[in-house]
Amino acid sequence: MSHSGAPAGAAPEHGPDAGGAPAFARAASVTPLLLLDGLSHRFGRVEALRGAALTVRPGTVHALLGENGAGKSTLMRAAFGLLQPDRGELRWKGAPHRLASPAAALRLGIGMVHQHFTLVPAMTVAENVALGGHGRFDPAQAAARVREVATRAGLTLDPDARVGTLPVGAQQRCEIVKALARDVELLILDEPTAVLAPGEAAELLAWVRRYADAGNAVVLITHKLRDALAVADDVTVLHRGRTVLTTRAADSSQEALAAAMIGDAATGHGNTGPATTGHADTGRADTADTVGTSSAGPVATGRVVLALDGVSVRDARGVLLLREVTLTVRAGEIVGVAAVEGAGQHQLLRVLAGRMDASSGRVQRPARVGFVPEDRHRDALLLDAPLFENAALRGAGARRGRMPWAALRAHTSALLARHDVRAPHAAVSARTLSGGNQQKFVLGRELADEPEALVVENPSRGLDFMATAAVQSALRAARDGGTAVVVYSSDLDEVLLLADRVVVMYAGQLIEVARTREAAGRAMLGSAR
Amino acid sequence: MMQESSVLAIGGGFLEATVRTATPLAFAALGECISERAGVINIGLEGSIIAGALGATVAAGVLGVGGGFAVGALAGLVVAALFAFFTVGLRADQIITGTAITMFALGLTGTLYRSIFGAAGVALDTPTAGVVRIPGLAELPLVGGALFAQPLATYGVTLLAFVLAWYMARTHQGLALRAIGEYPDAAIAAGITPRRYQALAVLFAGGMAGLAGATLVLAQAGTFVEGMSAGRGFIAIAIVVLGRWRPLGVAAAALLFGAANSLQVLFQSMGWQGVPYQLFLALPYLLTLLVLAGASGRAAAPAALGKR
Amino acid sequence: MRGSARALAQLGIVLLAGLALLSLLLVATGHAVGPALAALVRGAFGSSYAITSATIVRMIPLGFAGLAVSLAFRAGILNIGAEGQLLMGAAAAAALAVPLAAAPAAVGIPLLLTGGAVAGATWAAVAALLRLRFGVLEVISTIMLNFVAQYLTGWLVRGPLQEPTRVNPQSASLPSALQLPVLLEGTRLHVGVLLLVVVAFATWWWLTHTASGFRVRAVGMNEAAARSAGDVAVGRTIAGAFVLSGLLAGLGGAVEYTGITYALYENFSPGYGYTAIAVALLARLHPLGVLGTALLFGALEAGANAMQRDAGVPSVVVSVVEAVLILLIVGADRWSDRLSARAEAAT
Repeated sequence: MSHSGAPAGAAPEHGPDAGGAPAFARAASVTPLLLLDGLSHRFGRVEALRGAALTVRPGTVHALLGENGAGKSTLMRAAFGLLQPDRGELRWKGAPHRLASPAAALRLGIGMVHQHFTLVPAMTVAENVALGGHGRFDPAQAAARVREVATRAGLTLDPDARVGTLPVGAQQRCEIVKALARDVELLILDEPTAVLAPGEAAELLAWVRRYADAGNAVVLITHKLRDALAVADDVTVLHRGRTVLTTRAADSSQEALAAAMIGDAATGHGNTGPATTGHADTGRADTADTVGTSSAGPVATGRVVLALDGVSVRDARGVLLLREVTLTVRAGEIVGVAAVEGAGQHQLLRVLAGRMDASSGRVQRPARVGFVPEDRHRDALLLDAPLFENAALRGAGARRGRMPWAALRAHTSALLARHDVRAPHAAVSARTLSGGNQQKFVLGRELADEPEALVVENPSRGLDFMATAAVQSALRAARDGGTAVVVYSSDLDEVLLLADRVVVMYAGQLIEVARTREAAGRAMLGSAR
Repeated sequence: MMQESSVLAIGGGFLEATVRTATPLAFAALGECISERAGVINIGLEGSIIAGALGATVAAGVLGVGGGFAVGALAGLVVAALFAFFTVGLRADQIITGTAITMFALGLTGTLYRSIFGAAGVALDTPTAGVVRIPGLAELPLVGGALFAQPLATYGVTLLAFVLAWYMARTHQGLALRAIGEYPDAAIAAGITPRRYQALAVLFAGGMAGLAGATLVLAQAGTFVEGMSAGRGFIAIAIVVLGRWRPLGVAAAALLFGAANSLQVLFQSMGWQGVPYQLFLALPYLLTLLVLAGASGRAAAPAALGKR
Repeated sequence: MRGSARALAQLGIVLLAGLALLSLLLVATGHAVGPALAALVRGAFGSSYAITSATIVRMIPLGFAGLAVSLAFRAGILNIGAEGQLLMGAAAAAALAVPLAAAPAAVGIPLLLTGGAVAGATWAAVAALLRLRFGVLEVISTIMLNFVAQYLTGWLVRGPLQEPTRVNPQSASLPSALQLPVLLEGTRLHVGVLLLVVVAFATWWWLTHTASGFRVRAVGMNEAAARSAGDVAVGRTIAGAFVLSGLLAGLGGAVEYTGITYALYENFSPGYGYTAIAVALLARLHPLGVLGTALLFGALEAGANAMQRDAGVPSVVVSVVEAVLILLIVGADRWSDRLSARAEAAT
């Protein structure tokens, strides 16, 4: 955890302050580059921000930590003009501003690289970078500008490549160049390592450090403690929309930060339970380096429920998305799938769940396989239909004759009770449920007819801590009940937490690895064994 | 030698009819091309065409041919403004709104036409646009009449195609438009307001469709007939697909449809009987279906086309 | 239920707005509003003859076409081709009437109606195929097919199906044995209305109480979820609903031919297929609601006829009102969506 020295001209540091006040900023004689204070904002009935604060010193890396739903992205979207907070003030170099749009933020010198890229796949890198300019457009000039900015920042990027054909890491570099081309002084990176393999992530973080050392400021939004402590100078922790901790990285520890993220005050109490906090990334998953944490069951010896033998999947254009995958999943075990975006896990899960056909190879699969997709609004729910109609979706394809609505209503009420889904009754529309309750409902629906296999994709995405815990324990309960479970999470720590066995997808191929961070990380990048 | 010159004459006549018929189609399709590049599919284009036709009929009697074209464009623009209010402003469904707008415009133009020109309703004294011959070139065999002896509107739409091609490829606005139609979030992140561009694109398409209607009256039929747009607004959408959403391709595709429309002329002058004339009338619509079914068309569409 | 109370209130507002617009148009085109509206009401409801032989008679094809459109829209299919499908239904019935000219009613009528239904279904199947195999937007393909149906009819009535004297562009008169029986002596009201009511109930029951109907609704609400969570064969479901929709419209065309016109001619349908869109939307795509809105629009069109005859107002005015009604419904929906979103935000 080495850091660059304090910015030139700063007063000597005061002692660590575990409270909310940014003592170091007051002490420094340098005006903060960006100051956010007392920001509050609601979306509908949800209070996303409750008086959050953030102070960024020039030339530093500032990590903004917090678990899912803490308000990190919301806070920085306000800083980038993507939303106008209900209350609070923003100061840039000491002067107050109201940012009405990203254009205003860019004019000040604030740039943002989003978690979900805002790149036009059909256009080239140069065109994407040039987007938002004025007047005549010269493709050659645009390409030259890309080369110039990329070289200056130390990134490699081909200006004429169509973004849709680039791998994720390159797309991210394009996003970064896009921001840098605007001559920004503060670069906000929103969960940049979420889509990268460990090796790529390390490269990116190293670049962030070099970039800050060159005199620029970076806000790194992340829920990964390790990443934050590796490169940050300052750290701010958000919990439930409030700033609960602001400190120099050097003056803090993983335990204190983790505690703050979960919501235990600076007393640094431990976690609320064994290994349910994968998202808070307390570093416990590090102990998975040694075999046999408490969450793993014995090596499964049940019968084979799911089996793929030499399975390949081609898309409409003939491109191979899965290459001769062989995998068996037995009853009573959880197989965790780790992969970077676009490695073929999407197709793997759907072939296992019977939602996609293999182009070649053998697939053994029971008649009933439960499937919980990543995008529940798009793929799992009829948002404007009552819950009992949503429950009736399961098996709708094969049903014949009349719909037994009375029985289905009763069945739905029972489902709501069994899985602790907070809904007034079975006839409310799915839209009225919170994200966590929707996910619990979907999981309950898929488990209702006691399927022999369950396939789950990013089960805790977008859920808060409590809902995440409920979902994870439901998965374990299914496993204990004899279901064969396959879980994919883009969060490697969650995979390591839940899985009895770990397999990794890389470029359409599947290999099994040891349940360690190191082994999985290397395999995710293609350097296996 | 008689054979050869009559072949040239017949061919020349066919080509001339092709270019003439293609002109209003090209106006409407070029306008729709820009609108669809911005992600808005304007099913109400038909309404703009018929509005332009009536506007031109009414105005030309008072303001002459030039005034007719101007008012026609304006009328098309007004109808498009109504469409934009619902789809860009209220984010209503583009297809249903467009259909309603078309029904509305067809009904309203019929109503207004009857009340202005009486129930028997024939606008007898509408001035028509004259043909502008380019000396020398207009005498070229086969293509002379087709390319160099056309009303001003034809030269206008040709120029428009080139201007639009340059605009899309060589200006930042064109780039922004493409981004909005492909992936609006990227445009927003770059500081572009999609709604403003979309509204302007829709208005532009309406104006062009209005010009198409005006061309129909002032440079082709010479009068207004209820429903004379005859589905050209929808055919224009097919032309955009065939032209791969590129202005020059769209102009070329319009020629194809103009040819389909003019086949009847060709067959008659060649003396080929036996084919019911309704088949010729139906040909552009069948061709539209064929073009749209051509598999490669879909792949080139702006990715966010039609999404709210 | 709050939902349907709100829907009715919306309906009321929209109708009032339509009335206001109509009055506006009347004034704008120089007609006296009072006498015109009076003629409208008289033409629709002024006498028992008006009700049976003007209003309800027009309600029948609008009802069938409205059912067709509402079923398709429920499945997420924008079938704007009810006009062409209806026309092909009538054309098929007229074509079948030639070989069946001497058939008894009990055999001939069901065959004519079935033929019409099949023709409508087939016409829709073309558009369904184009959508499912080639990704062609059904809005455009169905409208194109409307034009083709129109020209096809034009050829038929001037060619193979033309009446024996070869003078008028229309088909031979339908023999009285093959005409639909009249329900009320002295009126034009035929059994088609009973058929319409039965079909409407059957459609409603199928949509709400059967598995296949549920699949259609699910696909219309969210195709991706139906496929992923429900393992529904989405393509087949859409194709089935599309063809069924065409069947309903084709049946309506055959009913109109055997019940009222007794002949096929070029302007057989005065835009029923397009009016049906307003009928369906105003009924919120509910099959039983369609019966009500079809009656309403039947009254409107009957009244428009009387308005033209008695007050000299061109009947095309009403089509403007119909189109604006659609816009108003669409706008009202978006507006109430926005209002409830804002209400939620304020709590």
